[in-house]
Amino acid sequence: MTVLPFLAAAWIFLVGVYGMVTSRNLVHAVGCLAVAQSSTYVLLLGVGFRRGGTAPVFSDIPVGTPVVDPVVQALVLTDIVVGATVTALLLSLVIQIRKRTGTVDPEALSELKG
Amino acid sequence: MSGRVRKVVFLLAAAVFAVAFALACTGLPHFGTAVHPYGSKAVAAAVRHRTANVISSVNFDQRALDTLGEESILFGSVLGAVVLLRRARDEDRAEPEPGRVLPSTVLLGAALLPVTVLVGGYVVAHGQLSPGGGFQGGVVLATGLHLAYVAADYRVLRRVRPLAAFAALDAVAAGAFTALGLAGLFAGAAYLQNVLPLGTFNQLSSAGLVPLLNAAVGVEVASGVIVLVAQFLDQAVEIESPETPRATGQGEDDR
Repeated sequence: MTVLPFLAAAWIFLVGVYGMVTSRNLVHAVGCLAVAQSSTYVLLLGVGFRRGGTAPVFSDIPVGTPVVDPVVQALVLTDIVVGATVTALLLSLVIQIRKRTGTVDPEALSELKG
Repeated sequence: MSGRVRKVVFLLAAAVFAVAFALACTGLPHFGTAVHPYGSKAVAAAVRHRTANVISSVNFDQRALDTLGEESILFGSVLGAVVLLRRARDEDRAEPEPGRVLPSTVLLGAALLPVTVLVGGYVVAHGQLSPGGGFQGGVVLATGLHLAYVAADYRVLRRVRPLAAFAALDAVAAGAFTALGLAGLFAGAAYLQNVLPLGTFNQLSSAGLVPLLNAAVGVEVASGVIVLVAQFLDQAVEIESPETPRATGQGEDDR
């Protein structure tokens, strides 16, 4: 089953989105967004995997050893950094929402306030 | 939209996504394929630039401009969190109460703090050689410092963490990355091009510009995370929001 890792990424993504859709708490929704985003790590690392390859670091293995794709690993690093900063920013927005409206339930945030 | 309708809409969209994605997966190269044209080219380029850690070479040499964008995102989000979580007009600062801490916890924290900071510095400095680099080591450095909070007290943390200095350091390090890129222009090459002497493969002083950019990113990430965590800790420990009086019926105001 060679497509299983890719399908696993899709499954993680859908689970995360399902959590966001049904969320009754904004902190929980931010957590679900992080889950949905982590599916991209699985997808990217799955795309870059080379059977029998090792980590693309040549400090203790001879140059020329088969390694997994380093480009997608660098992309995953970028992904993680951006994901962490987005989570931090969203959580500070949640704190502000809690202060201004007294609730973190997205269902209760239906009306606009001036 | 009621919860039920939303769930139905989601399930429909999820079914479409799942089918389309599964079909797309069958067109991808096989999982574990031996052919990675970009990966092989990146490995060759990293070895040419005497960088043992190919991921560092991709991030700080071959795609250094992308990393400039990435660390700008980090800087911008730290800035955004500081603005969002500043003390509002109707909030007061309260002096945090010192909590009771077990002596063994204090001892463990005091012993681990220098070790963790050393490990963080090591991970940043060896980014071009072994797994790690500025982003990873910076986070280790920042979390290490917060052992002072976990194992001791908030007031101890405030003493070991001059927040204004770290905020300034964050900005300086973010600017240093941009400025280091200018070295390429002065040497008559492209912006952020690796023009420094490349050194010996698998030695600490190798890979030219990579360790310098790693150091700049390490300082930026460490101080950025410290500033970020400080904002959240402020909210939890120091800032008194007017919620408590409102619950008892006082301090009602229209905002």
